[in-house]
Amino acid sequence: MAVSQPVVIPPSSKAAPPVRQNGRWSGYAHLLAARMKEMRREPEVIFWVFVFPLLLAIGLGIAFREKPANTTSIAIVAGPQAQNALDLLHRSAQSSAIHADVVPLQQAEQAFRLGKYDLLVQPDDHGGFQYRYDPARPESVLSRNEVDDALQNAAGRKNPLSTSSVVSNKPGARYIDFLIPGLLGMNIMNAAMWGIGFALVDMRQRKLLKRFVGTPMRRSDFMLALASSRLLLMIIEVAILLGAGILIFHMEVLGSWLTILLISAIGAIAFSGVGLLTACRAQKIETASGLINVVMMPMWILSGVFFSYARFPAVCQPFLKALPLTALNDALRATILQGSSLASQADRILVMVIWGGVSFVLAVRWFRWT
Amino acid sequence: MSTAILCQDLRKSYDGKLEAVRGLNLEIQSGECFGLLGPNGAGKTTTIEILEGLLSPSSGKVTVLGRTWQREERELRERLGISLQETRLSEKLTVRETLELFASFYRRPRATGEVLAELQLQEKADAWVGKLSGGQRQRLAVATALVGNPEILFLDEPTTGLDPQSRRQLWDIVRDFQKQGGTILLTTHYMDEAERLCDRLAIMDHGQVITEGTPAELIAKLGGNHVIEFAVSENGSKIPMERWRGLPGVESVWPEDGLISLNVREPHLTIPVLLDAVASQGAKLQHLTTRQASLEDVFVRLTGRHLREN
Repeated sequence: MAVSQPVVIPPSSKAAPPVRQNGRWSGYAHLLAARMKEMRREPEVIFWVFVFPLLLAIGLGIAFREKPANTTSIAIVAGPQAQNALDLLHRSAQSSAIHADVVPLQQAEQAFRLGKYDLLVQPDDHGGFQYRYDPARPESVLSRNEVDDALQNAAGRKNPLSTSSVVSNKPGARYIDFLIPGLLGMNIMNAAMWGIGFALVDMRQRKLLKRFVGTPMRRSDFMLALASSRLLLMIIEVAILLGAGILIFHMEVLGSWLTILLISAIGAIAFSGVGLLTACRAQKIETASGLINVVMMPMWILSGVFFSYARFPAVCQPFLKALPLTALNDALRATILQGSSLASQADRILVMVIWGGVSFVLAVRWFRWT
Repeated sequence: MSTAILCQDLRKSYDGKLEAVRGLNLEIQSGECFGLLGPNGAGKTTTIEILEGLLSPSSGKVTVLGRTWQREERELRERLGISLQETRLSEKLTVRETLELFASFYRRPRATGEVLAELQLQEKADAWVGKLSGGQRQRLAVATALVGNPEILFLDEPTTGLDPQSRRQLWDIVRDFQKQGGTILLTTHYMDEAERLCDRLAIMDHGQVITEGTPAELIAKLGGNHVIEFAVSENGSKIPMERWRGLPGVESVWPEDGLISLNVREPHLTIPVLLDAVASQGAKLQHLTTRQASLEDVFVRLTGRHLREN
């Protein structure tokens, strides 16, 4: 390493062993190198930091993928008119989107309750049909409209207006596009909180912090090395998650990579501060794990990782927007999905900086090395 | 000879109630190996950590190499080597990487290869710390203290939990360091360690120094260098202690676990008289051993307890 060159100095009064001279940044460089080596040699770190978010993205991306055709399953109650209904549906333009079974009433009702069918079609005595649906289930409502259209048209209804439809599911507006920046934000938070908070308490419990303080090591170098290792890892995390989004899900990254990295870095530093505060006094890793989860868990739900926080009542919105993960997720979505500039995200960056800054100041004040 | 460590009326209380150290005075000379001996909970670790500048005392004055921790911490850190009672170094770093890391904190560290050789760790240089035996880990802990080329070495219970061979290896390392002009302060609850290694020692109990001196001086304070332990049959148990105290050559008497222990100067003079005294009472001797007095006897005499008891 360039920072430590062997230098021979004249023998001192003590039985002079060969001495070398260390530069100002020697401690920092070694601390950073040691941290990176330790993480590389820890299989769990590799899994939680790199593989887990990827698996989550792939799993959720597949579960919520756009289905090729929106088919609905319906039950036609067995009876003399059942075959007629079936024939009509087969003749309709929507026949490929409707899957119909003919089943006895009681069985049909039970299957409907269990969600196997979206709709029950019961022929009445006058050659017509009665729909049974659940207005609380969106797919049931859609199914009723669709089946009604199909039956009416097949039976000869003429529409007074000519309409046509075009499919629109371009990259950028799908669930996976919403999800990937959210996962990225969540991963930056998780990695910073565990990477800083857990690592510190672990070292404190092992008395390693105390041992370090017993050397001339600069405490600021130690903190700086810890934060630097986090930033280096963050770059890889961003590349992997966005890379997977582009390669597997054909995501389009509209913003500049530099802006995305800068916002990620601000997020990583802000959460490093929060992690530092969480870990500033805890003596046992069990305590630290509990604290870290208490801090993070609400944000997994409230900060729009998996679904938009707009679903929460309006009175909650200012509070939700003040959370650091909300700010990070919003800023990431704006740059990745809409190509927004760094300057346009100033308010969100400010939220993160305040969280990180206040946490850092308090953490340094309360921090215990022993 | 100059003073390496000086502390005066040192006190430390935790949370304002428990007083771990209660008015401690120590003066340790450059080049000596000084031991703090005492049972668990005597305040040894608290004391050594105050002297290492890792704990601040509630009151009292500490000077190390003529400097104070408040004013010249970094300068002092460059000149001290510390091994804590228990540090778990990172398991996924190799021995050499660990030593390089510690070396990087000092302005003028020693060459790591040389320290590895000195502590017989070359073969393990590229092994992960997690794969080391207890003795090797402890040697590495001492290596991280020596790599900074310190003038004073602080060792807190350096051989606790080690096998006899590893203990001896560590003692050799400490002696070598002293031969090269280093000063050592160590804590231990092992008598033999203190007797073999320390030039001077202070025996601590309940946060105070109860006696201080060279091992030989402390043993001499007992009055005799030899201990006779014996037991008599039932009809002899009524014999008063004063009777034994009055025998020629006996310096002190104390009962212990059904045995009677005598501190004597010259066993060959005392034993015949002892046998006569037992016989004249119509009692029989049931047990008789003699041995050299040890620091353990000093401790028992001073506190009425054994060192290893908690």
